Amino acid sequence: MRRFDNYVADYDINKRSFMEIAISIITGLMIVGALYAIHARDLLSAVIACGIVGYGLVICFLLLKAPDLAIVQIVVETITLIIMVAVVLDSSREERYSKPDAQGFISIATSILILVVLFYFFKISIESLDAFGSGSLRMAGPYIEGAAEKTGSANLVTGVVFDFRGYDTLGEATVLVTAVLGVLTILRIKGKK
Amino acid sequence: MKGMTVIVKKTTQLIAGIVFLYGIYIIIHGHLTPGGGFAGGVILAGSFILLILSFGSDFINLTKEEAGTTMYENLAILVVVFLAVSGLLIGARVFFLNWLPKGNVGELVSAGLLPLFNIFVGIEVASSILTIFLALVIFKEEISE
Repeated sequence: MRRFDNYVADYDINKRSFMEIAISIITGLMIVGALYAIHARDLLSAVIACGIVGYGLVICFLLLKAPDLAIVQIVVETITLIIMVAVVLDSSREERYSKPDAQGFISIATSILILVVLFYFFKISIESLDAFGSGSLRMAGPYIEGAAEKTGSANLVTGVVFDFRGYDTLGEATVLVTAVLGVLTILRIKGKK
Repeated sequence: MKGMTVIVKKTTQLIAGIVFLYGIYIIIHGHLTPGGGFAGGVILAGSFILLILSFGSDFINLTKEEAGTTMYENLAILVVVFLAVSGLLIGARVFFLNWLPKGNVGELVSAGLLPLFNIFVGIEVASSILTIFLALVIFKEEISE
C-alpha cells in the first residue's frame, strides 16, 4: 500500500499539465452545451444538450480518478435523460416565448448583478487556493493512512462513506425516501380508491 | 404507454437480465471495487425501466408493482437504520459501529457490516427510483383516461 506522501507527489508532477488542459476543454464544452440548452427552440434538442453537461462531468470524474462517482453519474444521467425525453415527447416540443416586460428587465438586471458579485468573490477565493492537483485537505491524510486496516474494506470510498461518514450516508438515504414520499404525494392525488 | 417494435422487445429480453446481474455484482462487490449501493441500485432500477419502456405499461400490473416497491423501500431504510443502531445495542456506545469481525482485506466476505449496508442501501435506492418512475407512468395513464 502506497504512502500518502508518495500518492500526492506523483499525482501533481507527472499528469498535472495534461489534466488541466483536458479538463479545461471538457468544461468549455459543458458550458457550450448548457448555453445551447437555454437558447434552443426545440425542447428535445435542449434536453439532449443538457446531456452534454452530465456526460462531460463523467469524463472529468474519470480523469480525476474517481470511478465511484463516474459510475453513479453515468447511470443517473442516462435514466434522467430517458425520463426527460419521455416527458418532452409527451408534452409540447416547442418552447413558449414571450417578450420580457418591466418585471423581466428587473430580473435580468438582478441576475447580472449577482453574476458580477459571484465572479468577484470567486476571483478572491481562487487566488488563495493551492495549484490544481497539489495540496489536500487536513483530513485526507488520516483517512488514507490505514483505512483498510480500520474498516476492513479494500475500496476506500466505501470505507469512508459507510464507516467514517456514516451519518452523511444515512442522511442521503433519508433524503431519497423523503423525495419519493413527495413525488407520491403530488402525483398520486387520486390515490388508491 | 404502448410497447415498442419486436426488435426492441427481443433485444430487451436478451439484455435486461444481464443488466440486473451487473447491478447485483456492483452492489455485492461494493467494498472491493468501485461502485456500491447507490450505483448498483440505480442499475437495478434501470433494468426494470428498460423492461417497462420496451414492453409497454400493460405488460405488468403497475399499481401492484408500485405497492411492492414502496414497501421494499421503507423496509430497506428501516434495516439500514437498525444496522446503524445495532452498534449501540452490542456494547460500545457508538453510532455506526462496525462490530462484525473484519476478516481479510480484499476477500468477498470481509469488512464487517459494510457489505450489509451496501446491500440494503442498494435495495432502497433501486426501489426508490423505480417508485418515482412508476408514479410518473401511472400519472400519465390516469391523465389520458
